[in-house]
Amino acid sequence: MLTLLRPALVLTALFTVLTGLAYPLAITGLAQGLMPRQANGSLITRGDRVVGSELIGQAFAGPRYIHARPSAATSAADPADATKTVDAPYNAAASSGSNLGPSSKALLEAMQARADALGVAQAPADLVTASASGLDPHISPAAALMQAARVATARGVAPARVEALVQRHVEGRSFGVIGEPRVNVLALNLALDAELP
Amino acid sequence: MTPDLLQAALYAALLVVIAVPLGLYMARVFSGEATFLAPLERALLAPAGIRGEEGQHWTRYALSLIAFNAAGFLVLFLLLRFQNLLPLNPQGFDGVPAHLAFNTAISFVTNTNWQSYGGETTLSHLSQMVGLTTQNFVSAASGMAVAAAVARGFAGRQVRTIGNFWSDLVRSVLYVLLPLSVLLAIAFVATGMPQTLAASVDATTVEGGRQTLALGPVASQIAIKQLGTNGGGFFNVNSAHPFENPTAISNLLSLLAILALPVAFCFTYGRMVGDRRQGVALFAAMGVMLVLAFVVLYAAERIGNPLHAGLVAPGSGNMEGKDVRFGIIGSALWAVATTAASNGSVNAMHDSLTPLGGLVAMLQMQLGEIVFGGVGVGLTGMLLFVILTVFLAGLMVGRTPEYLGKKIEAREVKLAALTLMVMPIGALALAAIAIVAGAAQGSIQDAGPHGLSELLYAYSSATGNNGSAFAGFNANVPFHNTMLGLAMMLGRFGYIVPILAIAGSLAAKKTAPASAGTFPTHGPVFVVLLVVTILIVGALTFLPVLALGPIAEQVSILAAKTF
Repeated sequence: MLTLLRPALVLTALFTVLTGLAYPLAITGLAQGLMPRQANGSLITRGDRVVGSELIGQAFAGPRYIHARPSAATSAADPADATKTVDAPYNAAASSGSNLGPSSKALLEAMQARADALGVAQAPADLVTASASGLDPHISPAAALMQAARVATARGVAPARVEALVQRHVEGRSFGVIGEPRVNVLALNLALDAELP
Repeated sequence: MTPDLLQAALYAALLVVIAVPLGLYMARVFSGEATFLAPLERALLAPAGIRGEEGQHWTRYALSLIAFNAAGFLVLFLLLRFQNLLPLNPQGFDGVPAHLAFNTAISFVTNTNWQSYGGETTLSHLSQMVGLTTQNFVSAASGMAVAAAVARGFAGRQVRTIGNFWSDLVRSVLYVLLPLSVLLAIAFVATGMPQTLAASVDATTVEGGRQTLALGPVASQIAIKQLGTNGGGFFNVNSAHPFENPTAISNLLSLLAILALPVAFCFTYGRMVGDRRQGVALFAAMGVMLVLAFVVLYAAERIGNPLHAGLVAPGSGNMEGKDVRFGIIGSALWAVATTAASNGSVNAMHDSLTPLGGLVAMLQMQLGEIVFGGVGVGLTGMLLFVILTVFLAGLMVGRTPEYLGKKIEAREVKLAALTLMVMPIGALALAAIAIVAGAAQGSIQDAGPHGLSELLYAYSSATGNNGSAFAGFNANVPFHNTMLGLAMMLGRFGYIVPILAIAGSLAAKKTAPASAGTFPTHGPVFVVLLVVTILIVGALTFLPVLALGPIAEQVSILAAKTF
């Protein structure tokens, strides 16, 4: 048995150095050198203020903005009392889906409430369902267009201008095949602020 | 629907194009023909006191593997327990509790990568990098070594040895896993996956809120997580997290990485046993089952949930627990691939799949993770069914069963039949104990049949060494952490040791030339027989409990009943 102990321990140690330290550190070095923007989270800054990441969704509640999907990443430690949690949709430090099953009454009620709030029968599914990550940065083009009128009213501009901006922000399938047509909510809202303030 | 099927076809085509040459390359690696990294090999083996050419008897091979995995378990367990005292802990996380450290260490050593913890809220960078990433490599390499040894044993002619575990382990990492991971990690960063030692960035959102963006050395871990059929994510929601799977392109690359090595092993096997048709037959049997699984799961998700039909636009499908950039097809392909391959990473929440979608995911694990399965061990798991199938075929025609010219006798059939008990014990008996002991009721989130599905999924996933979850199930309690840890060990070594024993016994046998009465094991007849054997065994074992879980749930949502 002792003859097995030496290779087991020595190789565990050597592989830890090779694959646990050298490999991730080498990749970190390469990534930081070659693609620093991506390697650091694809951050979007306005002046010296970080407003978010182009990859991570954030919560929008006001009428002036296109709203993102319902998020189940909703709890965070209360800053005032660590034993409690507070509502924090799009909490990017604690990703989560709802994990509610297909026969769940809670899911059906939540979807009903969202549909009622939207005031539309048979809304685009992504606006009444919670995403997998709770941080979904995208909504479907239909879901964005549906909100154009509200945003236009709140901003006092013609709906056609908002719709045109939405259309410009529709990302198609990669190479025409891979993925789904979608709209990045944060990018669109930043464009709204810049172009139709 | 057409764009969906185009994506599925593109995926399948790319997968085969990658897997065939990769499989033939691995055959060269394991038969010692590839030598361009020989100095590095020696640098690792010499300090360990190993001469790679030295063949091992199957018992010695198995003991080496167990000793190595035991050492890995110990190191990882201690690392997690004491991460608070170690460097690279920017968030200042506490040491991991004993039951969770036990579960996590077993989980990563057995290539399951079940996550009882939320990555970004529990583990330090040191734990993730040094602990988990290392095991991602070496647990996958252990499985690859088993496949190499088994192929050698099946092909051997009256020899006592089936190769050297240490050499196979080192070669798997150096020639296959490490180079592929480097390429994939760089490609992942290009799609937007972070790779930094910083822990997080604080952002002030457009509406003035605060958002803490958790970061870390993500890409390097995700590359090997997918290639090694590991599946343990950096973040809680795994590959649904936009930092862990930023775009449709990273999704496709991940999907390819999940199945590339398991598919390639079919071709490695064919070449190593000197008859490529044998490997193609296994590929065909696995491929047929994968396509069947995809058709059912995809259709169920595309049609969606009848309960929600009045609330969502027609044709939306079931979008609960799915992200928009992947859509129905990107999520369905993933759910099928990850449960076929014992990978266990997810890009959609399986708990929110339709009942039939969830059933397919569960059944693929319950069949024993042989629809391509884990790297290496998926192939060897399938070979156990091959032995049972030639035995059944032999019974039908009244001849001694043969495989690759070797007589399959009582010892091999007994060992193979023994492994049929692994999944029922782990997935059914241990889950039943959890219910009787009252531990299940507190952990399930959903009422009704879905609650049973949550429990069943957890124990099937652990025993199948998959690692995906119906994540509403709270497994992070001492009872389930312990029981699921035992299930993972059973599901790993309960297959590996018997198949190595069979390989050892076949290696020692004479090879007889094929005669007119030999039942060929490469044609369509054999493939059909093999698939039918697998499905009958799986169905007989699991249909009763599936009827109480997902099937009952499907019936109830059709009757508009919620829980």
